[in-house]
Amino acid sequence: MSTDLDDPSLYDYARRKPRLPEPVNEANDYLDIPLETRVEMFETQQLLRQLEKRAYDLFMQNLVKGTSHLSLGMEAIATGFAHAMRPDDYTFATYRGHAHTLARGTPPGPVLAELLGRDNGILGGKGGSMHLTSVEHGMMGSYAIIGAHLCVANGAAWSAQMRGTDQVTVCFFGDGTTNIGAFHEALNFAVVWKLPVVFVCENNLYMEYTPIDMVTSAFHPAAGRASAYGLEDIVIDGNDADEVLVTAQRVVDKARTGGGPSLVEAITYRHGGHSRADPGKYRPASEVEAWLERDPLPMYHQRLLRLQVPEARLTQIVKEVADRVEEATEFAKLGARPGEEHLFTDVWADGGSAWRN
Amino acid sequence: MAELTYREAVGYGIAQEMRRDPHLVMLGEDIATAGGVFKTTVGLLEQFGPSRIRDTPISEQAILGAAMGAAMTGIPVIAEIMFSDFLAVCWDIVANQIAKSRYMTGGQLTLPVVIRTHNGGGVRFGAQHSQSVENWCMMIPGLKVVAPSTPTDVIRLMAAAVRDPDPVVFFEHKSLLASKEDIPSGELVGKLGEARVIREGSDATVLALAFMVPRALEAAERLAADGISAEVIDLRCLVPLDVKTVLESVAKTSRLFTVEENPRLCGWGAELVSIVSEEAFWDLDGPVVRITTPHIPLPAADSLEDLAIPSVDRIEATIRKALR
Repeated sequence: MSTDLDDPSLYDYARRKPRLPEPVNEANDYLDIPLETRVEMFETQQLLRQLEKRAYDLFMQNLVKGTSHLSLGMEAIATGFAHAMRPDDYTFATYRGHAHTLARGTPPGPVLAELLGRDNGILGGKGGSMHLTSVEHGMMGSYAIIGAHLCVANGAAWSAQMRGTDQVTVCFFGDGTTNIGAFHEALNFAVVWKLPVVFVCENNLYMEYTPIDMVTSAFHPAAGRASAYGLEDIVIDGNDADEVLVTAQRVVDKARTGGGPSLVEAITYRHGGHSRADPGKYRPASEVEAWLERDPLPMYHQRLLRLQVPEARLTQIVKEVADRVEEATEFAKLGARPGEEHLFTDVWADGGSAWRN
Repeated sequence: MAELTYREAVGYGIAQEMRRDPHLVMLGEDIATAGGVFKTTVGLLEQFGPSRIRDTPISEQAILGAAMGAAMTGIPVIAEIMFSDFLAVCWDIVANQIAKSRYMTGGQLTLPVVIRTHNGGGVRFGAQHSQSVENWCMMIPGLKVVAPSTPTDVIRLMAAAVRDPDPVVFFEHKSLLASKEDIPSGELVGKLGEARVIREGSDATVLALAFMVPRALEAAERLAADGISAEVIDLRCLVPLDVKTVLESVAKTSRLFTVEENPRLCGWGAELVSIVSEEAFWDLDGPVVRITTPHIPLPAADSLEDLAIPSVDRIEATIRKALR
């Protein structure tokens, strides 16, 4: 028996009804957020945007090998959460992790150097774009096979609980992750063990090349499953750093004070394709256009102007960030290509890789 | 000195390490209140309390993920996967995450995790609860692999595994759980990567692991009655691998046999045969022979399972024929 799933027109994704963004919530201008925090978040978003653009340019020059997954358009989520976290809190991210790594304060030079496969990269060239990690900045890793890291994040949260440190673990993932078993194992486990962990779904509406609603039983892939685990269904505008910040402060504080886990679904959109190889042509042109109009950065710029931050100050920040990105690029390009002396190191804690005598 | 079963030795070894390191924790399905489905963890909840001995849902990815996350943030963990067959359910966390994260992060992450699991056949559980999967783990860079054959070694190697800063997969053999031995008193601590010559001989080197060790030993005793002197080596660890002990033995005996419970293709013996062929070829006087479970899923019926797993009779007959 045929079902409506057999209708071929369903699969012409580019001609589907576009999923348009909700308008900006103007009332968010009046959220109780210190102006200096907002200026800092403006700067963070600029850094994430400009460095990611630079990463893209370096691909085009064939200086970045392999693949890479950019967060262009999704900067407000990493920014809002990072500004709600304590320096000793833990971040777990997916392969789309450049923004989260930078937002926690990891220096941009070694991040770019890692993308270029240089020995001055944060992983010495052994991890690459999909595995960015900086333990000293609380960035506990970018995990490139979706799902597992939700379970690993639970472990970090459990450890903080055992050590009595009040540290909170925040774990980011995409909408596609909500359909893998580990997502469900992790949520159940976190709730049962009352772990201080926050799960953040960055719902950019597409699971790689497929609209998420085509492959998901719930309209909201994360929030729609929350009630099954006794969690609040939280859906926020992921393109508004202020809305992200206040939500993050609430759920991080809840975790820190023994209230257990939360699940947040932040709606956003990728400006580009899934990865380096993907031009993203499966999305309706009018949809892409509407979401580019809902770019979190110009919106935030306008908000700060409304809040009386001088234009000159914002221009100055943009310029300073551009200078940092230039410096980071130079730093990265100056790195050497790691040689054989690095090949066999760090398999084991003794620094080596010996498996026999 | 006290007599302990292999089963009791597991809990004894864990308790020794829990007393030594107050941070060490353990989690797994039915390990706490029930004391484990194989009763290997009886009494640990009572001794160490529920914050250190934790029951979990049937969620193998959540179990090993929690172990990894805790370990990388400073808490050493023992995680139990009830049957080693179930490693396939959480293989991503074992093979992609736990094994590779130290290397991928340029050494930023340290993962003191012991994954305990009940391995092997002989208990008529069929193809999904009887496998010997030590070779799965051996082939993944970044995992250490231990499979003790005696109660004393269970305790000594458990201590070594827990104290090792790297991930260790610790295989406890289901068919050895009832075996008994006198255990020396005091703290018992072994070393990973040390094979043991359990029977000296001059005509053949016989390598075995876990459940195959007592069978290889019995086959060697029978051969001795006919004047064939077989040297039996209990490898104990596959990673790190004590190649030195094997090569020394082959230099003396000039013949090599492996006795493996894992199915034939890419079983651990294949790697040892390869090493010996490359490094001790001129020491050999005859072909190397692998005695393994055939390359089939394990059947459930006792008569069939007994035909599949190398038996004392098959080991004896194979060695005898090869040396004739």
